[in-house]
Amino acid sequence: MSRGLRLIPILLLVWLVGGLAWRLVKPPSPAVPSQLVERAVPSFDLSPAVPTKPGLKSADLRGSGPRLINIFGSWCVPCAAEAPVLNELKKRGVVIDAIAVRDTPDAITAFLDRYGDPYGRIGNDPRSNVQIDLGSSGVPETFVVDGQGIVRRQYIGPLSQSNIPGVMQQLAELR
Amino acid sequence: MRRTIALALVLAATAALADSNLPPAYWANRQLPDARQEAKAEALMNELRCLVCQGQSIADSDAELAGDMRDLVRRRIAAGEKPSVIRTWLIERYGSWISYKPTTEAAAWPLWLAPLAFLLLGAWLIRRRIKLKGGA
Amino acid sequence: MIAEAGFAALWLAAALAAYQFLLMILALRSDVDVARPMRGVAVVQGGMTLIAFGMLMLAFARSDMSVALVFENSNSAKPFIYKVAGTWGNHEGSMLLWVTILAIAGAFLALFGRRLGERTLIAGLGSQSLLALGFYAFLLIASNPFARLFPSPADGQGLNPLLQDPGLAFHPPTLYLGYVGLSVAFSLAVGALLTGEVDSRLARAMRPWVLGAWILLTLGITAGSYWAYYELGWGGYWFWDPVENASLMPWLAATALLHSINVLAARGALKAWTMMLAVIAFSMSMVGTFLVRSGILTSVHAFAIDPERGTFLLVLLALYVGAAFILFAIRGATLKEGAPFELVSRESGLVINNLILSVVLAIVFLGTLYPLFVEALSGEKLSVGAPYFNAVAGPFGLVLAVLVGVGPLLSWRRERRPVLGQLKVPALLGVTALAVTIILAPELAILPRLGLAVAAFLATASILPLVGRNPLRAPLATWGMVIAHAGIAVALAGIAANAGFTSERLTVAKVGETLTVGPWTVLLQNVTPTAGKNYSALEAELRAARGADVISLTPQTHYYSDPQTETNESSIRTFWNGQLYTVLGKPDPSGGWQLRLWWKPFVTLIWAGGALIALGGALALFGRLWRLRRRKEPDWRARYI
Repeated sequence: MSRGLRLIPILLLVWLVGGLAWRLVKPPSPAVPSQLVERAVPSFDLSPAVPTKPGLKSADLRGSGPRLINIFGSWCVPCAAEAPVLNELKKRGVVIDAIAVRDTPDAITAFLDRYGDPYGRIGNDPRSNVQIDLGSSGVPETFVVDGQGIVRRQYIGPLSQSNIPGVMQQLAELR
Repeated sequence: MRRTIALALVLAATAALADSNLPPAYWANRQLPDARQEAKAEALMNELRCLVCQGQSIADSDAELAGDMRDLVRRRIAAGEKPSVIRTWLIERYGSWISYKPTTEAAAWPLWLAPLAFLLLGAWLIRRRIKLKGGA
Repeated sequence: MIAEAGFAALWLAAALAAYQFLLMILALRSDVDVARPMRGVAVVQGGMTLIAFGMLMLAFARSDMSVALVFENSNSAKPFIYKVAGTWGNHEGSMLLWVTILAIAGAFLALFGRRLGERTLIAGLGSQSLLALGFYAFLLIASNPFARLFPSPADGQGLNPLLQDPGLAFHPPTLYLGYVGLSVAFSLAVGALLTGEVDSRLARAMRPWVLGAWILLTLGITAGSYWAYYELGWGGYWFWDPVENASLMPWLAATALLHSINVLAARGALKAWTMMLAVIAFSMSMVGTFLVRSGILTSVHAFAIDPERGTFLLVLLALYVGAAFILFAIRGATLKEGAPFELVSRESGLVINNLILSVVLAIVFLGTLYPLFVEALSGEKLSVGAPYFNAVAGPFGLVLAVLVGVGPLLSWRRERRPVLGQLKVPALLGVTALAVTIILAPELAILPRLGLAVAAFLATASILPLVGRNPLRAPLATWGMVIAHAGIAVALAGIAANAGFTSERLTVAKVGETLTVGPWTVLLQNVTPTAGKNYSALEAELRAARGADVISLTPQTHYYSDPQTETNESSIRTFWNGQLYTVLGKPDPSGGWQLRLWWKPFVTLIWAGGALIALGGALALFGRLWRLRRRKEPDWRARYI
């Protein structure tokens, strides 16, 4: 067996250890990002999730300025945790529409009464269809959508106070 | 009476462990009446990765999102869509991660070429071990 | 006191390992005779680790909550056997088990490795002690199993109920004996490369060790697969999950090594390949241990996730395997190969067998790590799962199974008889089986169809080495080979039948409803609450009928409170021609219950085949060891038929 061939296992080992070491330093993240960022929102039409607000359809997202789409459920604990942040954003003039996943009108109404109501429209998504259509894989998630219905950014997990400046700035740029 | 209470208590425990406010979708845990369609749906579900648990297919996962995806797959197959179209649709939204079957994109070519490449490499390495011609 | 005694014993063992390594250096450099002291040191080292492990086991058995490990992983309410099994059901304990087996294997090698050249034995023992040193350091520095908790808590944090299961309790030790058993092959290979004595004597000395480790790996994987099948309620038995692959890769390497050793022993050939396989087999064990403990792969099996521990293991892996590969590169020139083999000969058959096994090993390795490398290079996340592995490993497996039927019939050096003639009957049976499946099951997919045909061929072909001679006079090693190869056919038949003929019924049924699955009619009689020692449960009463057979099954869902988990306890009934497998799911708001039922024809053949393979190996091992005892200087030529 030639000397060259006998060196190959060492090279393969270096490659293997390098890859494993990289993975130790940068562990896998469980979040699965949506592939729709920088692409158009797919067309959908959701009926109202609560009787007091209109439902949400994709046509609503075109032609009336950038906004946030918040995917939530009243049964989701981190959604309650991010409610103050959404309320704050609403106070600063951000338009927030919602998609309620796997939820009932009574539970949503109770949630909004308890934690505040930053939403303009709330679409009802009982089988997660639109959530899947948007490439979202959990709640809460928030999408930044511009005035032409193009998804510009996805936040996975609850928004925190530290996200507010970034959101405000991005929305300002998109106007 | 005692059994009803016991049953109710156990069910209450179940409710505490459940996630959302709605029960599983209709087709999450039921098979399609057409056996061929169900076979196609099942084959596809076994090849799609659960995004919540990540170590299981949506066919085996208990997660609600997996149930909704099973419902979605079954409805679409029942409506006549081809499994490959549904898989592509999901990959467009979640990326290749969701498909346990590596796709045909460039990043996956080495995987499909590897078996033949390994075989040829191995055969070349042992080429001198076996006498292919000569001998009585 | 117990924990401190264990800790002290561990330190002593580490010191002895260091001394053992130094003895080797002394012997190789200056020809000092260290054989006797080295043997003594190796044996005492093994004894010390055994004491350390015994102390830990005692702490668990007595539920000594002042030991941090016992507190974290046990509870006084656990049944005794699971308290004891809890010793290895955690990271530190299982690493201690690992190093104990490593040291004890070294001790046995010292006591019984007399057929080797003395220099090679000493080099091998030195290598073994160096392996152990790294793990002693890991344990003593980063994963101390004997750490105390002060003040000691009243009771422990209950163990995962999933682990309170006989199959799972004994799955790790069996696998570890296999993984770590391969360390002896690694050490002997390294030793032989150092001394230059790579020859048939080495192969014959290595063989019982490789056989033993391989048998245990086969059993461990088979048992693990069956455990996953009945416990997790998914009706499957192999998912190509990264942790499963981590156990398969050493097995594939060990199988190739086993067969390669036969060529080295019989003909003194394939030196480089055999040494490389010996190094790779244990390297795969180390890669597997690393993957499972480091948390870098997403897996439903992953436990003990701690990147810091992963780093230590990765460093050990890099050092050990790197040193072995460098040694191989330097010394490889001394491994002169002889004349090429005849095309139709047993040697060639074994070379091709090795080639295919190595290719499958490479495929599994690549597929398991591919997502990691792609993400490192391009940031893209992709998945490689069962569809890939089945599509690729399946055809190779079938080709290999056919060759397994042919190989044992070939003679060493050159096969002059027409072997194909002997295979007429098996070939005919294979073709008949194929025709039968085409007629009776036209919709069957291609792989299960071919699987059944190949299984029929191999089942008959594997018996041929015993035909035409007095079976009672055939050596045990031959019987072992026949049974192991027949076991492959049995497992293949089970895999194909399961893939091709399983019927599944998934539905929501109300009490009183009837369903059908395969030939069975199943009635959901009732769903009642019940309870166990530390759980509450819901139990479904099912009555299943098939012709005259009427049986009852009771699948349950268990609810535990500490920690809060929910498990499915499937109810399975086994018949000669298959298993009826039932799982109870969640209640449906419509008033019904989710039920999942399977009729799996001949599925038990899968694990029966695995057991047969292990049995064949055991017979071969026993046969060879028995022969050694009866003869002083065995004539190697007589052993190969």
